[in-house]
Amino acid sequence: MNPALWAAKTGLDAQQTRMAVVSNNLANVNTTGFKKSRAVFEDLLYQNVTQVGAATSQNTQAASGLELGTGVRVVATEKTYTQGNLSQTGNAMDLAINGRGFFQVLLPDGTLGYTRAGDFQLNASGQLVTSSGYTLQPAISIPQGAQSVTIGNDGTVSVQLAGQSTPTTVGSLQLADFVNPAGLQPRGENLLTESAASGTAQTSNPGQNGLGTLLQGSVESSNVNVVEEMVNMIETQRAYEMNTKAIETTDQMLQYLSSNL
Amino acid sequence: MDRLVYVAMEGAKESLRAQTANNHNLANASTTGFRADLSAFQTRDVAGAGLPSRAYATDSSVGWDSAAGELSATGRDLDVAIKGAGWLAVQAPDGTEAYTRAGDLRVDPSGVLTTANGNSVLGDAGPVAIPPHASLMIGGDGSISVVPLGQEAKTISTVGRLKLVNPPAGDMVRGADGLFRLASGAPASADASVRIVSGTLESSNVNIAETMTNMIELARNYDLQVKAIHTAEENAATSAKLLQTS
Repeated sequence: MNPALWAAKTGLDAQQTRMAVVSNNLANVNTTGFKKSRAVFEDLLYQNVTQVGAATSQNTQAASGLELGTGVRVVATEKTYTQGNLSQTGNAMDLAINGRGFFQVLLPDGTLGYTRAGDFQLNASGQLVTSSGYTLQPAISIPQGAQSVTIGNDGTVSVQLAGQSTPTTVGSLQLADFVNPAGLQPRGENLLTESAASGTAQTSNPGQNGLGTLLQGSVESSNVNVVEEMVNMIETQRAYEMNTKAIETTDQMLQYLSSNL
Repeated sequence: MDRLVYVAMEGAKESLRAQTANNHNLANASTTGFRADLSAFQTRDVAGAGLPSRAYATDSSVGWDSAAGELSATGRDLDVAIKGAGWLAVQAPDGTEAYTRAGDLRVDPSGVLTTANGNSVLGDAGPVAIPPHASLMIGGDGSISVVPLGQEAKTISTVGRLKLVNPPAGDMVRGADGLFRLASGAPASADASVRIVSGTLESSNVNIAETMTNMIELARNYDLQVKAIHTAEENAATSAKLLQTS
């Protein structure tokens, strides 16, 4: 079919994808540790119909050629790792990372997942787990009968046991960092997994080697800016409408042709 | 058949082609740093016997629109927009130097600064490597400085400077890959007067109202050409009727 229709169709596709990204951001405006994404567009290849500079005679050259563009495509959806706001919850198991880094959790298939959502809970055996029940790594067990749990900003977990005067250290949390966090693969459940683009995980204690520190009793809220997303949504809708109009116009041209000849 | 039909057919065909270019611009109305394609019709005389009364219209790309797009703030460290005229130098997949205004940069797993589609961004001395960093700043002249991971905030190291060029707009041509190059094929020399703004992106410079109006005009023009073909057909039918014997 006509390339004019296809160029406009790629515009519709791209705007549709952008709308999906915007909707996903808006839907996750209250998701702990969520990082917003954005769709990145690029123009598609150009078709060289007439070569510019081609010889029109022995001594002259065409001053202009004809290069027809073929539309647009979404080249990537890229996550923006800016710090979300820290909101205080007062819950001892809630942790927020202030700075770089990810919590490591053990997935059911034995691999590691990474997350910035620090709303942890205890499971039946006293281990710190995510809302989905995945164990935090390195595994921390809170002994039964612990009166209070304290997690220091360097990741040291200590508990106050009944009848003891000093707290007991039960473990130490570590964070993972990546060369290119934007390259991590999101897999839902607030989790990200390592990919070829992210580089390998470098683990160390919070506060060291450039990693952020931990803040007990707070969670990191999503970094979605609602106003920005609404403006993006308006822009996407208008661009979508205009591309629809372009398809309609091209269609009318072809319709006029087929009804008149 | 009447020669009219060929002239009109050419007109209709070229209008549809121009509509493709127009739709391409519209599809890229929100592509970062996109430059609208300009196309124009040219007259091509038809040589041959008889009076020189016929001229075909041919569509041709006359270049690209050099108007600036709007800058929108994103707050991301690696987003850069060029203020006024100028280009970012990148390495095209074939190894040659090319230019773009799309400044949504990123760091690949090996630490090299690239554009969104993976072309390495060139600094004054080739591709720019970004070490693992706690924070990154890109200055107005393209200097990139970082606070390396695990260092104090006062330990700022400069890792390179983006190569910014500003050849005359008329010398820049767009390749089939959407990247711009000098018409002569030679790399452009760096220009210290080009200014960039980090944390912002430049939108596409497609003028929506103009593009939509152009679309209507092309559609009407197309209709006229089709009408002319139709008239030629009627003329032929009438002549055929006159010559019918029974």
